[in-house]
Amino acid sequence: MPGDVLVMGAVAYDAKVVTIWEGFRRWFRAAGLPFDFVLYSHYERQVEDLVAGHLDAAWNSPLAWIRADRLAAARGRTVRSTVMRDTDQDLTSVIVVRTDSGITSVTDLKGRSVGTGAIDSPQATLLPLSLLRASDLDPDNDLSVHHFDVGVGLHGDHIGGERDAARALMAGEVDAACMIDGNHLLFLQEGVLPSETTRVLAQTPVFDHCTMTTVDTGPSELTHRFIELLLSMSYADPEVRPLMDLEGLHEWRRGRVSGYGPLVDAVDESGFYGRDGSIGDAGYAP
Amino acid sequence: MTAPAALLDLARLGFDNGAHMLVQRGLQSLPVRGRLRVRGTDPSLGVHLRAWCRAQGHGFSVDPDGGYDVVRGEAEERRWAGAERAGGPTPAGIVRHPPANWGLAARGALVEAGGPTPGFDIADRDVVWADLAPRLYAHAAAAQWDPATAVDWAIQDPLAPEIETAVVQVMTYLVENEKAALVIPSRLLARVHPHFHEVLQLLAVQAADEARHMEIFTRRALLTGSDMGTSSAGGRASLHSLLDEPDFSLASFLLSVLGEGSFLSLLGFLDQHAPDPVTRQVTRLARVDEARHVAFGVAHLEHQGRLDPTLRGRLRAAVERRHDALADTAGLNADVFDSLVLLAAGSWTPEAIARGYRAVQDLHGAMDDGRRQRLHRLGFPDDEASELSALHTGNFM
Repeated sequence: MPGDVLVMGAVAYDAKVVTIWEGFRRWFRAAGLPFDFVLYSHYERQVEDLVAGHLDAAWNSPLAWIRADRLAAARGRTVRSTVMRDTDQDLTSVIVVRTDSGITSVTDLKGRSVGTGAIDSPQATLLPLSLLRASDLDPDNDLSVHHFDVGVGLHGDHIGGERDAARALMAGEVDAACMIDGNHLLFLQEGVLPSETTRVLAQTPVFDHCTMTTVDTGPSELTHRFIELLLSMSYADPEVRPLMDLEGLHEWRRGRVSGYGPLVDAVDESGFYGRDGSIGDAGYAP
Repeated sequence: MTAPAALLDLARLGFDNGAHMLVQRGLQSLPVRGRLRVRGTDPSLGVHLRAWCRAQGHGFSVDPDGGYDVVRGEAEERRWAGAERAGGPTPAGIVRHPPANWGLAARGALVEAGGPTPGFDIADRDVVWADLAPRLYAHAAAAQWDPATAVDWAIQDPLAPEIETAVVQVMTYLVENEKAALVIPSRLLARVHPHFHEVLQLLAVQAADEARHMEIFTRRALLTGSDMGTSSAGGRASLHSLLDEPDFSLASFLLSVLGEGSFLSLLGFLDQHAPDPVTRQVTRLARVDEARHVAFGVAHLEHQGRLDPTLRGRLRAAVERRHDALADTAGLNADVFDSLVLLAAGSWTPEAIARGYRAVQDLHGAMDDGRRQRLHRLGFPDDEASELSALHTGNFM
């Protein structure tokens, strides 16, 4: 019966999502929480289903959080950012250029080409372009922006677009590439960006990433237990540690919205979503 | 904000060149929540240190006076919270009941809690162990030989055709037995918990020994022709009953102590009556290996017998069970028996055949003596040892 089981949505951006949430589901049920999950092929439908009350919780990207918040407000509902991974807090993104490019400041990018991640990537598209706008560069007129659209609809959870942008930078196809800080290190370690051939031109302010979003239509008691159980998961527990390793966290922390300001600005500047949560970018087709 | 407990200067070293190792080392000397100030001149240091700290569960902040502050997180300590040593590296460190999740970890390693739990069902030290195992393995490893060079395969004088046929028949029979002797330890090997790795090593070499024996006996059989001899249903039934024994100790008892023990006498007989040098060499080489297999079986059962007063009753039951299972089978392949007589006779004269027949009777006696001696070592009184030896299969192994 609806309300007897807490139903969470997650986007299947990788096969490991099944392993993670199947494992967590076993763990929740062993702890007495009736829990199911539904997998989505992209964030937009997940968010719409959350706000429509088909889901009680959604494991949301930061962009999906913003849309859920706006859609809910437009329909008189409330969503909450309840828990986050420790690794979701205080991230930064970087704009990288080749060391030999002669580009020494952001304004030197005027008239140049910039490679980004997928069109809906917060970390590799929306936030870096917002950073450029803050330096009075208009991405639509002052720059040639190349989206490397891998996994559109996954809100940048697919790393492929960032890697393609990095490759394009090394191939001389773009003058700068945007990526999350950790991926810059990863691409160096992988050799996609050979050591000492690139330089970080600019770094965004810190921002927060994914959040477990709940909605006020969900069963309050089950929702409360779901959140408390997540927060009680311990990295010292050998049963859940492999799942936490797969999901990339060491502990769940209470959710916050204070880290979403830069992305809210980026969304509004670009018109990616309307104030009511409508999808604004005509080129975006998840 | 608390003052940093330590200062680390990375100089020009960046995270794309191993800087994480120095940061990690610096943090290890601090308690959880201890603070490490990191400085360096790599232009990407701040970007990469921040990302690395987040991935590792450490705190990160920019120090207003230059450099960065790293606060040691708890993740690593939590990962190793339930870790335990998988016994000790030497045989003295073997534990009686190793947990399944120690599985493939090196003995003595610090094993993270959790992980896969492979189903090694033979997981009791006293079911597999013998103090002699490490020494026997060392001996076995040192005593490996190359079939290509350990035997002089050149034919000097061709044998009379019927004598050659007898050799081929005996070799065919030996290959059949060695196949069983390879499969049985291999099956056991896959079931023994790898914590008892000396036993695995020994079983692996034992299987490799049998692999070589199959090769040399086949090669001798085909030295002058292209046909092998016969394989009887009764002979195969006898060997099959060994494959059916799931208990490690009982399988080891039936195969090594009784079967391979009897084979020592047979190989000695063939060494003595071999009509050509190649046959003599191959049986002699195999006999040395087989003696080691028998030694492990006896040593293991002696070890277990000291700990388990019920063992002898179980061994006796296994012999009786096998005897009953084989009661309606023919025992030794008649072609093999006749071939052994002919090899010991050396010719077809009535006197020679009578001599050969007596020699094979003596061989049966020698096998029986050997089995009784080994049963005696395992604690069986003389009368019971004689009774059990008599119940052993007529197929020798």
